[in-house]
Amino acid sequence: MIFIKDIWKSFGKKEVLRGLSLQVPVGETLVVMGRSGCGKSLLLKMIAGLLRPDRGEIFYDGQGLNNLHWKDMNRIRNKIGFLFQSAALFDFMTVSENVGFMLSQHAKMSRLEIEKVVAEKLSLVDLSGTELLKPAELSGGMRKRVGLARAIASDPDLILYDEPTTGLDPITCVEINNLINDLHETLEVTSIVVTHDIDSAFSVATRMAMIHQGRTIIDGTPDEIMDSTDPNVHEFVSQASVTNRYDVMV
Amino acid sequence: MRKPAGIQSDLVSWINKVGAHVVDLISSIGSVSILIFSAFILSFRRPLQFNLIVRQLLLIGVNSLPIVLISGLFTGMVLATQGYHQLKQLSAEGTVGGFVSVSAVQELGPIITAVVLAGRIGASITAELATMKVTEQIDALEVMATDPIKYLVVPRFVACTIMLPVLTNFATVFGIAGGCLAVVGLFDMNARFFLKQASGYMFMSSVCVSLIKATAFGMAIATIGCYKGLSVSPNDGAEGVGKMTTGSAVNSILAILVIDFFLNHLLYTILGMK
Repeated sequence: MIFIKDIWKSFGKKEVLRGLSLQVPVGETLVVMGRSGCGKSLLLKMIAGLLRPDRGEIFYDGQGLNNLHWKDMNRIRNKIGFLFQSAALFDFMTVSENVGFMLSQHAKMSRLEIEKVVAEKLSLVDLSGTELLKPAELSGGMRKRVGLARAIASDPDLILYDEPTTGLDPITCVEINNLINDLHETLEVTSIVVTHDIDSAFSVATRMAMIHQGRTIIDGTPDEIMDSTDPNVHEFVSQASVTNRYDVMV
Repeated sequence: MRKPAGIQSDLVSWINKVGAHVVDLISSIGSVSILIFSAFILSFRRPLQFNLIVRQLLLIGVNSLPIVLISGLFTGMVLATQGYHQLKQLSAEGTVGGFVSVSAVQELGPIITAVVLAGRIGASITAELATMKVTEQIDALEVMATDPIKYLVVPRFVACTIMLPVLTNFATVFGIAGGCLAVVGLFDMNARFFLKQASGYMFMSSVCVSLIKATAFGMAIATIGCYKGLSVSPNDGAEGVGKMTTGSAVNSILAILVIDFFLNHLLYTILGMK
């Protein structure tokens, strides 16, 4: 579904991505890990067409995104849902208007039909009854869930999650992880989850990749990641082991 | 004593700085021009998004009316009292009505309204859009296949372009009324005489000039406000939003004065309007 071929991206003199390649097959939940600033979120923004690589190309269902006309890019964006790190809810709109935004802009649906879809998506994220609230009235976890409802409102084929559990308490993190798993099972979507929360990564991934120094240093199943002898991967994964041991002790 | 090589390197560094500022300025003027052009073209492209435009008309127009009226009223009062004293030295205090009318219609009405709105609306547009940029809301719009220029800039551009001339008319009327109140209250001048003088110096062409200026100022305030808001870097955070907001108000006011000069020259000198 997504094929990323040798992409490079610099900001001024700082090279962030240096020949990154990655493949995301249909129906997989790929978790992309790496240290802060390694280019994980940048990768998602490139897949969504918000930024273009300096070199290399990203293919969506075989179609290169680099030189796409904005109308064609928007056609692809209609099939992508994006959960931003800060949820990025429009603060001048209600929850209902946020979730139904894409449908109100692009789908030929009546107001009643949109309201029905909004109610359905909000119930999927367990937020029924919050339609008339403003984002300022929501907690961090609720915002993330509304962001998720918005991301799935137009029934996308691909969902991009940018740090879905960052800044949330452990219980809400588990709720969000369960939600990602539920959506993967019920909607059968392809997902790319960017995170440095290693526990969250292992609970949602069907495949995992790690970015280090602008390149993919490993791409495999969670078991393959666990058994990796690469020191950078091992160092990262050991953090999960520490947390898990602590959980067992508690 | 400093070595000549040191002075030379200071000079080179100073020239570099000035050069960088000039390049920045030219680049900003170019970007603002592209934004005006895009906003103008997109204003006519469907969907026209009337609900967003009406919301901005209310925010920009109706909510700004009180401050515009008060500014117009007191500017007219100051103009009349100053004018009366100056004209009295020439024994021409009877023409103060014409003096207030000409100044309010051609210059002070559009300028005062535009300056007030640059501070109130231009800065608010910048703060709103910059906050949206920093909190990734602009990215969210793009990801949802919605053009931020069409969705955010066009309604503000259209609303400012429509409301500036409307508010300018209100400010001008209140300016003349303020002048009348001042000379009647302070110098015992006859109100009918003042208003007769004021209307005698008011030409249709002057009103047209006032409206043309107000329209241009409206476009400039909206475009600079939106440009500044959209050009904040997401990493700049609250500090970046603050800087851009201040910059927006300052640049809008400067742009208003520069546009006023060139429009005066174009309309009066080249096109020969009265």
